[in-house]
Amino acid sequence: MFKYIVRRLLLLVPILLGVSIIVFGIMFLTPGDPAVMMLGEAAPQAEVEALRERLGLDQPPHVQYGRWLANVAQLDFGRSIRSSRLVTDEISQRLWPTVELAVLATLLAIAIGVPLGVISATRRDTVLDHGTTVLAFVGLAMPVFWQGLMMIILFSLVLEWLPPSGRLGGWQYYVLPVVTLGTSAIAAITRMTRTTMLETLTQDYVRTARSKGLRRNRVIYRHALSNALIPIVTVIGLQFGGLLSGAVITETIFSWPGIGRLAVDAIRSRDVPVIQGVVMVFAVLYALVNLFTDVLYAYLDPRLRTRYS
Amino acid sequence: MADPVAHTQRIEPTPRRRSWLVVFRRNARTVVGGFVLAIIFASALFANQLAPYPPNQQNLRARLQPPSAEHLLGTDNFGRDVFSRIIHGGRVSLSVGFISVGIALAIGGLMGLLAGFYGGAIDNVISGIVDVLLALPAFLLALAIVAALGPSIVNVMIAVGIANIPAFARIVRSAVLSVREMDYVTAAEAVGSRNGRVILRHVVPNSLGPVIVQASLALAGAILAAAGLSFLGMGAQPPTAEWGSMLNAARPYIRDAQWSVTFPGLAIVITVLALNLVGDGLRDALDPRRAQTEP
Repeated sequence: MFKYIVRRLLLLVPILLGVSIIVFGIMFLTPGDPAVMMLGEAAPQAEVEALRERLGLDQPPHVQYGRWLANVAQLDFGRSIRSSRLVTDEISQRLWPTVELAVLATLLAIAIGVPLGVISATRRDTVLDHGTTVLAFVGLAMPVFWQGLMMIILFSLVLEWLPPSGRLGGWQYYVLPVVTLGTSAIAAITRMTRTTMLETLTQDYVRTARSKGLRRNRVIYRHALSNALIPIVTVIGLQFGGLLSGAVITETIFSWPGIGRLAVDAIRSRDVPVIQGVVMVFAVLYALVNLFTDVLYAYLDPRLRTRYS
Repeated sequence: MADPVAHTQRIEPTPRRRSWLVVFRRNARTVVGGFVLAIIFASALFANQLAPYPPNQQNLRARLQPPSAEHLLGTDNFGRDVFSRIIHGGRVSLSVGFISVGIALAIGGLMGLLAGFYGGAIDNVISGIVDVLLALPAFLLALAIVAALGPSIVNVMIAVGIANIPAFARIVRSAVLSVREMDYVTAAEAVGSRNGRVILRHVVPNSLGPVIVQASLALAGAILAAAGLSFLGMGAQPPTAEWGSMLNAARPYIRDAQWSVTFPGLAIVITVLALNLVGDGLRDALDPRRAQTEP
């Protein structure tokens, strides 16, 4: 298993290098001179030239990329154009709230999606199954920004149960952002669980377990669900990418101080170093979660476990 | 004693080929989705005739009016008719969806076709590019591209299109890989057909099924992503009527004019839901094995 993890980690290197080229390309595609953006439009030309030289902007692109990559490898993304603070500091300050939001939304999605999918599959073609399917379809079609606003209207403005924004001050602040972010993941996990459970429930080993006289719940959870888990885990991993994307919008709606909101603010103010830093962090986070999912996948599947042990 | 020859010569009854169109029609959810989608397309197409007001016509004396007989879905902060703007917004949102998917299909499809057909070094290079593009979730990739290109609806189309390239490249590649192994392709190559002819006459037509399904599902995703980018202020710019930007503009009035936030979002939900239903129906029709278990 250790060998497998090392191999997967090594495979990440060329992919992240490719991402770094895209991220570095953002600076070249962004209209305007970064030196002018940092000093302001009114800055004297000599000062702009001096800054360009100091930042290495007068060098050919491949030299600039090499220098930038060497800095990024040491977690140095430069300074924010807007705040002049180190990008690494800005990101590290905002990283935890995003991770917290994404992890809580994932846990919520698993806690609701898996049981709903199991119930839907074991009661196929009942009202409960149809109701769950309709809810899952609606959940997948609902844009996170609209759902967030609807929840604010209902729970904050009409019922006055929960605060519409902020983070610190108690669990109440977490409910709306976590539910908003987790809804589409709940829908996706419910559908995948239902599909894989329906496939698993027709397998011979489930029939054998039933014919042995095992209790219904034991057959469903011990025999069927444990074997249906592998594709479900894959979907959970894939959903994490969706949650990172959703976090950008959710954090903007609920004024959540995470890196998603930092990204939006940076894009609005054309703060290229921050945009580059945030995109790289998102890519690394996504890659690590995919790696974790693959390792979990290998762990859950005895065939793969044996192959890599 | 049974005659073995007679037995082997007996022609087995061939099951009637299930036309995918028949299966598609039998699926009630797909029919509902298709019907709703037809209404949405028609209203977008005939927006000028159906909308009671021009989408950008302001009436400051009728600001933030609730739904009434005069303004079916109320008015926004500039006194513009929300219903008219939603109908016209459908044009923009659907166009963005179609153009983005078109970009993704053209570039991703070509990449997948080349990778799957030629294999070897070409496949390695293209698969490497696809892996890099997949290293970021599609919406974040689109966001990064818009960040670089600047906020505009055209840039959103490009960004969402590029973000969807890897999905199409992968699907076309795997479809082409399986078609490539078919006897009719080998036969065409054996009789000396050129690669271009083999691709156009045999590989492309037989790889279309999964691509159609992916296109219909990607259309829903593209509309959602474009609306999301516009909601963040990076897509359609005021006063263009687009569902995401309408929601963004209505946000400050959420306390007093909830209708101006509710209805544009509802339009997105209904459209995406209809597209997903149709996409699922197509997938079931083109892959009946999955239809047994998919909800």
